[in-house]
Formats: sequence, C-alpha cells, structure tokens
Amino acid sequence: MMHFVREALNRLRSFFRKGPLDRELDAEMASHIEMAIEENVRRGLPPEEARRHALVQFGGVQQARERQRESRGLPWLDVLMQDLRFTFRTLRRDRGFAIVAVLILALGIGANVAVFSVVNTILLRPLPFPAAQQLVRIVEKNPKAGESSKTYTADATQDFQQQNRSFQSVSGYFAFTGPDNYKLIGGDQPVPLTGILVAEGFFQTLGVKPSAGRLFRSEEFVQHAQPVALLSYPFWKRQFGGDRSIVGRTIDLNNTAVTVVGVMPDTFDFGSVFSPGAKIDLFTPYIMDDFRNDGNDLALIGRLKPGVTLAQAQSEADQLFPQLYFEHKHPEYGKHYTGQLTGLKEYVSGKLRRALIVLWCAVGLILLIVCVNLSNLLLARAAARSKEFAMRGALGAGRGRLMRQLLTESLVLSGAGALLGLVLGFASVFYLAHQGSLALPLLSMVRVDGAVLAWTLLIAVGAAVLFGLTPSLRISSGNLQETLKESGQGASASRKHDRMRSALVITEVALACVLLVGAGLLLRSFLRVLDVDLGFEPSRAAAISVDYDDGRSAAKRAAIWQEAVRRASLIPGVEAAGISDNLPMSRNRSWGVKAKGGDYDSGKFQGVFVYIVSPGYIKSMGMRLVEGRDINWADLSDNQAVVIINETVARKLWPGQNPIGRTALTGGTEARVIGVIADVRETGAEDAAGWQIYLPASKNFGPEGCYLVVRSKLPPGTLATSVMRTLRQINPGQPATEFKPIQNLVDHATSPRRFFFLLVSIFAGLGLLLATLGIYGVVSYSVTRETQQIGIRMALGATQERVLFDVIWKTLRLAFIGISAGVVGSLMFARLIASLLFGTAPNDLPTFAMMAALLGTVALLAGYLPARRASRIDPIIALRTN
Amino acid sequence: MSETKLDLLQGTLDLMVLQTLEAMGPLHGYGIARRIEQVSGNEILLNQGTIYASLVRVQQRGWIAAKWGTSDNNRKAKFYSITKAGQKQLARDIAYWQRLAGVMGRVLGMQSEGGEQ
Repeated sequence: MMHFVREALNRLRSFFRKGPLDRELDAEMASHIEMAIEENVRRGLPPEEARRHALVQFGGVQQARERQRESRGLPWLDVLMQDLRFTFRTLRRDRGFAIVAVLILALGIGANVAVFSVVNTILLRPLPFPAAQQLVRIVEKNPKAGESSKTYTADATQDFQQQNRSFQSVSGYFAFTGPDNYKLIGGDQPVPLTGILVAEGFFQTLGVKPSAGRLFRSEEFVQHAQPVALLSYPFWKRQFGGDRSIVGRTIDLNNTAVTVVGVMPDTFDFGSVFSPGAKIDLFTPYIMDDFRNDGNDLALIGRLKPGVTLAQAQSEADQLFPQLYFEHKHPEYGKHYTGQLTGLKEYVSGKLRRALIVLWCAVGLILLIVCVNLSNLLLARAAARSKEFAMRGALGAGRGRLMRQLLTESLVLSGAGALLGLVLGFASVFYLAHQGSLALPLLSMVRVDGAVLAWTLLIAVGAAVLFGLTPSLRISSGNLQETLKESGQGASASRKHDRMRSALVITEVALACVLLVGAGLLLRSFLRVLDVDLGFEPSRAAAISVDYDDGRSAAKRAAIWQEAVRRASLIPGVEAAGISDNLPMSRNRSWGVKAKGGDYDSGKFQGVFVYIVSPGYIKSMGMRLVEGRDINWADLSDNQAVVIINETVARKLWPGQNPIGRTALTGGTEARVIGVIADVRETGAEDAAGWQIYLPASKNFGPEGCYLVVRSKLPPGTLATSVMRTLRQINPGQPATEFKPIQNLVDHATSPRRFFFLLVSIFAGLGLLLATLGIYGVVSYSVTRETQQIGIRMALGATQERVLFDVIWKTLRLAFIGISAGVVGSLMFARLIASLLFGTAPNDLPTFAMMAALLGTVALLAGYLPARRASRIDPIIALRTN
Repeated sequence: MSETKLDLLQGTLDLMVLQTLEAMGPLHGYGIARRIEQVSGNEILLNQGTIYASLVRVQQRGWIAAKWGTSDNNRKAKFYSITKAGQKQLARDIAYWQRLAGVMGRVLGMQSEGGEQ
C-alpha cells in the first residue's frame, strides 16, 4: 500500500513542478525520436523517410505528452484551476454583477448563520453541562402562575432526596431572589449585588467545577456556619479584576464577613439557564434550617442515575410526591404535592421551539429568495453569454464541461458570499450574545462553532447548486446552430428565456409575500401586546431597591418606610411615591387565601400573588382602585390586618357581593378587605392576571425586600440623582442601586416577542428588497431587449402613455400572480405561527390586505422606472441602433 | 486510487516495462519500447509515445528509478532501472498473471468439454 501514498505525494509534487517536468519530458522524447531516426538510417532508409517512420512509430507527440501529464499529475485539479482562472477573469470583467451577487448572497447567508447559531445553541446543542441529558427539572403538575407552584419546601425537598431511587442527586436553588439583594461594603460606596442561594449539591448535580478555589462543603449548609460565598466569573472579573488571591479572603456582604471559597467558571452562566436576562454575581449556601417555616421556595433540579429513563423516574415521582409533607412541624398543613419531571433542556427552551423553528423557516425563505434572485441575474447573464457558450461548444467543449464551468462560477460566487456572510453572522452573533436584557435562555452562549461552520458550508454549496442549476441547464440545452445564427432580438429561445425569468420573479414575489404576511401578523400581535391593559401605568414610573436597617422591628421599619416615601414625595416633579417588596413582571411569590366562611372550591386555600406594600404604592404604580380605600400609615403602625384584593379575587371569593369589609384568611391571619383594584398583569403582558392581594407591611406581614416606586411628570432618568441623594440622607449606607424605569420590566417581559418580531421584520424587509430588485431586473431587461420593437410601435403611432401603461401592466401582472400564490402560501405559513400570535387571527384580513397592497405598490415602483425609460425611447434612435 | 482506472492495456504495459527492465537491466524509453516490440513480435500495436505515461506512473510508485546518462552512440538519454520494490511488485504481478492464465485456461477448457456432452 506504500506505493499509493508515494504515488499521491509524487502526483502532488508534479502538480507544482509542471515546467521542469515538461521540459525534461520534451528532452527525453526528442532523444527518443533521434535514436529512432538513427536506427532507421542504419537500417538503410533515406533520412527523410527515416524521420517520417520514427514519428509514425512514436505516435502523436502531443497526445503522449498529455497522457504522461495525466498520469503523473492531478488532472482534475488542473481542470478546476482552469475553471477558477476563467471564472475570476469573467467575473472581473463583470464586476458590477459580481459585487451585487456576492452582497445579496452574503446577506442571505449571514442571516442564516446568525439564526442557525441561535437555533443551534437554544434547540440543538445540549446544555453546557456534562451528561446534560440526565438533568431534570421538577415542578408541580399543572403549575399555576407564579414560582410558588414550581417550588417545594425544605422539608419536602429533603424527604424526596432521601426517598427517591431514580436520581444520583437532587438539589435546588432559592427561587425568590430579587435583583440587588446584597450589598458589598468596603469600597467608597456599597455595591449592590445579586446573589442566589443554592442548596447543597447544586453545582455537583449540574456537574460544574469551580475555576478557582472549591465548591461549598456540607458543614457550610448548617445554621451558624462560617458564611461563605462563590463568585460568578463576570463579577469576579468586574469587581476584583480577576484576582485569584480573592479565594480565601473575606468580603463584607450586608455587614457580615463572608469568606470567598471559590470562583465559578466563565462557562457557567446561571442566569442564562435558569433566569434569562438575569445577572448573578455570587452564590451562597441555602441552609435548610433557616427556611423550615417559609413555605415553597426551592426550585428543584435532579440528575438521573445512568440508565434510568425519565418515564421511570416520573412513575416513582408520582408515588413519592403525594406522600411529602409540606412541613414536618405542621402535619396538619397536609401533603398535596405533585411532581412533574421535565428534561432541563426541554424545560429551558421547549417553549421557544416553535418560535425558533419559524425563525429558521423565515431565514430559509430569505435564502430561497436570494437563490431565485441570483438565478435570475445569472439567466440574464446567460442570455448575454449564450453566444460565447455556443462558440465554446462548437470548439469542442462538452456539455458536462460547460456545466462544470458554470457551476464553478456559482460556487465561487456563493463561496465569496458565504465568507462575507460569516463575517456578518459573526457580528450579529456577537451582538446577540451581549444582549443581556433579552429574556431568552442561553443567549449568552450563542457562538459560531463547528456546527455553524458546517451548516454554512452546506447552505453555500446548496445555494450554489440551486441558483446555478437553472441557468446552466438552459445554456447547455441550447441548440448551437440556432444560437450562433441568431442575431439580436426576437428569437423564440429568448422568449422562452423570458418566460423562465418571469416564473422566477413570480416565485420571488410569492416568497416575499409569505415573509411579509408573517411579519405583519407578528407586528400586529406585538402592537396588541403593547395595547394590553396592564392594570398599571409603566411609563413615568421608576423603582429603586432601598436598603435600611430596622433591627427587625416592624415599628422601626414602618417609620423608615414612611420617611422614605415622605421625602421622595417632596422631590420636585414627583407625583406619587410608595413602597412594595415586590414588583409586577419580576420576581413573584404566592401564598394561600380563602374567604372566611366562604365555600369557593370547598373552602381550600387558593394560590394568590402577594405584595407587601406601603400607602401610595398603588397610586405610584398607576394602578386603579375600583372600590374602597388605599392602605394608610396607621394600618402599618397599628399593625392593622387589612388587605386590598384585585377584581379576580373579589369575583371568585365573593361573587355578586360587595367584598369591602369582608374577612379573608391569608398569611396565617384574618384580614379585613378594605379595597379592590383593577387586575394587574403580574407575570407578563400576555398572561391573564391571576389572584392578587396587597397587604400593609406590618407585624403580621413581613416584606422580603423594599422597592421605592416613584411616579413623576419628568422622565425617570432626570430624577435618579435626587432620589439617590434622598435615600442617602436617610441611610448613608444605601448602595448605588439603579433607578430603573418600570417600563424596563414590561420591556423585559415582552423582549422575546420583540426579538422575534424584529428579526422576522428584518427578514421580510430583506425579502421585499430582493423581490423588488428581481422585478426591476426582469422588467428593465425586457425593456432593453424590446427597445427596437417599442421603437417600431411608437413610430407606428403608439403614445408614450400607451407604452408606459403596457410595461406597468406587465409588471403588475407578474406581481399579481406572485401575490396570489404568496397569499395561499401565507395562509399555510400563518397556521404554523398561529400559536405565536396574540390577539390576531392567522388569517387576519387587514394584515393580508396591507401586505398585498405594500407588495403591489413596491412592484409598481419597481416597474415604473423601466416603464418610464421605455416611454422615452426615441423611435429614430431605437431603429437606427440595430 | 488510479489503479482501478487503469484499463487492461495500461496495466499490461506497466508489467511489460518492469519485466523488460528486470531482464535487460537499465534502459532508456526508446530501448524499452523497441525491446517490447521485438519480443512481442510486433504483435501488439504500441505507439511508442505511450510508454512515457507508463514510465512516469511506475516511477512515481517507486518501482523504477530514472537517471540521465549517455547512450551507446553518445546520445543523452534517460535511463530507467528497476528498484527493489519494483522487483517485488514484478514477482507479485507475474504470479497473478500466471494464476489468471491458468484459471482462464482451465475455464475455457471446461467449456469445450461441456460442448461435447
């Protein structure tokens, strides 16, 4: 087998040494012939005859040379190089065409690269954990809105950890962390931080190892243990400049000395997997004993044992979960748990599958349009080059050779387009990966990897074949003689050519129509979402996380809150101020509520969103009190057990009655209903409101955090410094938390929709542009080709208007057929995206009409320019030129 | 690789070249071509030029070596000689050919017997 390798190497070497080898061969053959002549002369032939005889014996010198070259070198590479050289020469001659083609391809391929990177990261690639397919998320079956029904108590978690046989390990994290829940003290100003409490074995379950230091130890998960923390990689870089010596040192968190035991790796982004859009700075141990009485607060993940299927684990969970007590100390609270096991990957990205597939289809359509467009451009070129090809055919180039040449051209074009497209795709991926505010999971991990490169190669070659095939078939099937004979215009072959170009344009218009309608439907949905009555007014309101030290006294806390609200209200421009421990569309928490003596759902406690608030919060958020009164400061200082409910609660618990003055059971006590507010969309603009109650921050109801909400006449940004100054007057230790517009919360909640809508719109715009170019190209080309004909018509008396009208009519006919086909296609495509629409029917007539009209108008414009040119043809010049 | 592409004549020519060099010692292209013509009794139609495709192929496989030298009548010529690897290959090819010839003979013989029955 050695000789194969040697031969291959020798062939390769010969490929690069053509000159010397040819010269050597020539010398060798020359000496061969000389020797033959000599021998013939010796045999007695006259010199002339001897020479002739020698040449006959030798055979064709040129053939011998060719055959020797073929067997020593790489003939296919020679042909390829020849084709490439020729391609570059022709493209250089046709520079405008080449640039347009490459740009169009780059846009199409770039869009595909970017979207495929996102699809690959979110849908195709496993989560960035070892053996990620073993990871499972556990939530309640039929979870109600809110995290509380997706979480478990410390007791239930520990019982499940001990009893299950399916999991290597089960762990979790505290699900109710608000942003900026810690402050780092020690610098000039306290730094606000977001920390997550993780239960024992959380990182081990995921299979994450620290990049420096160590993970938490068991003894750090017991009460009164030395406080420890793990830093996230970005925080470590940002705050400590990537200093490894931070490991083992103590930092001051909320006036507690906490030892940093390690730094998590750069590849571990908690937020992108578990809480899209959130930046997590550090991790601290979730100590079970601290949370025994706090209800559901652990979000559970587990790692299945090897060989255990999800179904097996599920059937075990179906037996175990109903046996788990809510709280050991209070068996009377009962055991009502269920456990739904979902693969972590599916849990994180399952909801996005449809949207991403739609996006993928949309870029696929773009690429198709690009191919059709290029086909069209190449056809036009082919028409212009048909003589060249006929000539080459006449000189002996085979059909395969010509097609190969054309395909080489397509490949060169799409290769250049793919390179440029990769650059574009790379830039968009970089941009996307750094969009922290987008609530899409795993987005920070989007990158151009091997799979993306392979995909790019695939679509580049696919595109080249697709757009190169039609023109090369046309060219190679042509009749040599006819083409060579044909001079100028009007021949039947050209008419066939025209028909094919028209068909391509119609395809293009139809595809663009599908994209436009899709984008239109998404736009309408997006507008509908923006139009939703949120139950509060996000504009002109902003919130800031407030830090204070109340020494665990409810009275002191009430005084601090009152002072903060009073001072904030005095800031010029402020209309209203109030405090809540929780904001809508951010962290959420639910308790149980029932009417005293009521019989709704046999008097069971119902899950309800809880907001612990101060007076003024309702006004500052722009919420609407429909009945009763707001909480007042006396309710806080006197520890009044009062509650404001939303309309949903009122309707469910006291149907047809006036709820004011009734008594609700919640938070372990009885509370008198004093007011009813209009429903607030608490989880997102698109989810209907659930049950909500608002309780005064008194002894009965302890808040978990403190957000001062300020409503003003001025843009929130202008108030930031004065609000911060006011807070620092009350508490000099107030960290530099951000004064965030409430609108941000809404934007964050709607960001996935905005993201998809924007992308699809960009693609639709691109499709429209390409279709316009296509129409323009075809009409303009046909006008050029028919110049003479038009000239004759005008000489015979056709008016300018008549010619203009004819060309426009031709354009509109193309557009009309394309749009009709597109509308049919859109109806099917719309059904695919029906579940992504909001308040919009997939066959929404106004959208279809608008988009059809838009396409028609653009087509008209694209046709108008060549039409005007046609109408200005001077018959004399037109007739003279040929 | 290209082995499969070789038609019978090409493969045969390669073998003839090897055998000629093995039997005659170093020779130039013309010498090889003449020798094959003489031995075959001019029964095969050989364009002498085709020998060079065969020579370069066999040389690239490492079975023969080439060196410029001077011919008997003082003409510059490229002389080919068989290498160790070439001798081994030649032995293999001869064995193959003889086996094939034997089998062919038997098979063809059988056919004529079958005709009689």
